[in-house]
Amino acid sequence: MEQLFGALVTMVLGVAGCAAYFLLSNVILDRAYPVTGQTPAQISRNINRANAIRPWLFLGPAAVLLTVYLVYPVVQSFWLSLNDRSGTEFVGFSNYIWMVNDPLFRESMFNNMLWLIVVPTLATFFGLVIAALTDRIWWGNIAKTIIFMPMAISFVGATVIWKFVYDYRGAGSEQIGILNALVTALGGEPQAWITLPFWNNFFLMVILVWIQTGFAMVILSAALRGISEETIEAAVIDGANPVQIFFKIMIPQIWGTIAVVWTTITILVLKVFDIVLAMTNGQWNSQVLANLMFDWMFRGGGDFGRGAAIAVVIMVLVIPIMIWNIRRANAEMEGH
Amino acid sequence: MSAASATKSPLTWAVHVSALLLVAIWLLPTFGLLVSSVRTKDQIAVSGWWTAMTSSTQNKIKRAPGADGQVERDGKYVISGNVLEGSGTIQAFGFSSRAPKKYQPGDVATLRDGSLLTVEANGDFEIVADEKITKSRGQRIFITATTPPSFTTDNFKTVVNAEGLGKSFINSLTVTIPATIIPILIAAFAAYALAWMEFPGRALLIAVVVGLLVVPLQMSLIPLLTAYQKIGAFFGVPGKTYLGIWLAHTGFGLPLAVYLLRNYIAGLPREIIESARVDGATDFEIFLKIVLPLSFPALASFAIFQFLWVWNDLLVAMVFLGAGDDELVLTGRLVNLLGSRGGDWDILSASAFITIVVPIIVFFSLQRYLVRGLLAGSVKGG
Repeated sequence: MEQLFGALVTMVLGVAGCAAYFLLSNVILDRAYPVTGQTPAQISRNINRANAIRPWLFLGPAAVLLTVYLVYPVVQSFWLSLNDRSGTEFVGFSNYIWMVNDPLFRESMFNNMLWLIVVPTLATFFGLVIAALTDRIWWGNIAKTIIFMPMAISFVGATVIWKFVYDYRGAGSEQIGILNALVTALGGEPQAWITLPFWNNFFLMVILVWIQTGFAMVILSAALRGISEETIEAAVIDGANPVQIFFKIMIPQIWGTIAVVWTTITILVLKVFDIVLAMTNGQWNSQVLANLMFDWMFRGGGDFGRGAAIAVVIMVLVIPIMIWNIRRANAEMEGH
Repeated sequence: MSAASATKSPLTWAVHVSALLLVAIWLLPTFGLLVSSVRTKDQIAVSGWWTAMTSSTQNKIKRAPGADGQVERDGKYVISGNVLEGSGTIQAFGFSSRAPKKYQPGDVATLRDGSLLTVEANGDFEIVADEKITKSRGQRIFITATTPPSFTTDNFKTVVNAEGLGKSFINSLTVTIPATIIPILIAAFAAYALAWMEFPGRALLIAVVVGLLVVPLQMSLIPLLTAYQKIGAFFGVPGKTYLGIWLAHTGFGLPLAVYLLRNYIAGLPREIIESARVDGATDFEIFLKIVLPLSFPALASFAIFQFLWVWNDLLVAMVFLGAGDDELVLTGRLVNLLGSRGGDWDILSASAFITIVVPIIVFFSLQRYLVRGLLAGSVKGG
């Protein structure tokens, strides 16, 4: 309780501190460049100077925090990846050379590629299907809320939920995991799903698909509703059936949104960590880059060089999407 | 009903059925865990959660009291008691492992030594012997009993107190509240500057923010961890503190905050802001009195995002906050329990429920803002 109180005090202090900073810095700026009691020339010069400085007062705290917590670390991580385990001695590309020869890194890379193909595809597909289905039924909003709900659940919580689904008891005893109960009810052999090499990746991916489908559904549903009625009516008049309308009229009109959903989920997939850590911690050939990186950060006191090198690989994979996003944002701003 | 359904096309039915199926698949995993969290350890271990609403039938072996428990009644020696603890109904009983279901409740079974055993449906049993019973070990009684569905809140009591979930709940709140509120004000000022103030480099800064949106957290971990340790050592304090994690979450949340708020603030009507400027209001006044109140929906959207993200975060907490009892957050505690209490689903299900209940409440009460924020962040773009 005491620490909660401390948190509340910090919050109030933090907010008050921010408010005080913005207020005081603005007052000081107004004092430094007064706009009364001077010649018109001075006044206009003062206004211009104040207007040139003020944006930076507004941006100041955000710029400092972004620099310290994101810009500097990105640069530093690149540098650390060229250094040894303690980050003090320059070793050139040897961390990267180690990396490409490391079987565990290759395994992580392979698994990450699997994740990259499967999760965005399935989440977008299910999101689209569910959006299209729920727009046509009277209880669609209830259905949407239920599909959307896993978005609020932490990856760790979701992992526990699914670990229970995959729970395995030896053949012959009562299965309490619903998947194995179904399999045995259908006459199959129960399996320890998360320890099956290769296939266990897919059982982990299911968790992320389960979480992200709601995100895809919400955005694609809004896009589907934004499609103009006229194009659909025209298609109906021409005798198109609902399935044709969906695939030939609606989908082409929302390609842009599908791409946005796809890339957003792709970025998330690249960083997937919690699910793998909580479910297998990379055992049984299920390692991924983010978990491998975390592993090297702390293993045996930590190898910062190798950890940073793996982080750089994740970063490099993200860069194409980053550039695409920036271009899209620029294009939209010019369109304003 | 039949008239209405006859007019509906098969496609409509297919839509309803497939939507229902998908919803069921999405709901079942969570539902199963919730049901399990109110079942006892024994129930979870022997039957699937989907049987929780039906009576369960169990075979048990009980042992009657030995010779010490006998009383003399009407010249006979009687040992009595009840083989059921709590509720349930006896379906059958027996006294040997070869025929554990030989007798119906109320039947009289003749034991090997000639004494008579009766078990009633409610579990009351009596062993009646003509001569004084000398065996000190009690008679074994095999029973088949059905127990009606029953639920318990004991799992929650256990995890909140003994497993430390209560403490972690407070820790999670401690991390989340400041880490949600502090970035908002900082981001709002920056967003206003990026939306409505003219200065060189503005477009570049917006592009930088859009770029930072997708920077993997992994890039920040090692440099910041090192920096925290150095700063901690310099001041002679631990490197892992609440202040450190609040600032880290603030920094990591800022790109999204600035981006969302800038989009929203840039979309406010130009006339309102220009007329205020003409009236001689400074940027500071315009921001406080006009922009901030009008931006409430966007502020709420971001607050929800940030709350869910910080509450559900595991990675940042593992790296920047210690693992002591006063620091371990809910997600971290849950991961530890997965390791140490692997198959104890009574503990795990109740713990998982406690970690997800707050975000779920936030989600259901503020879903509107969450959806709005998602749409603003993804569909419109810059």
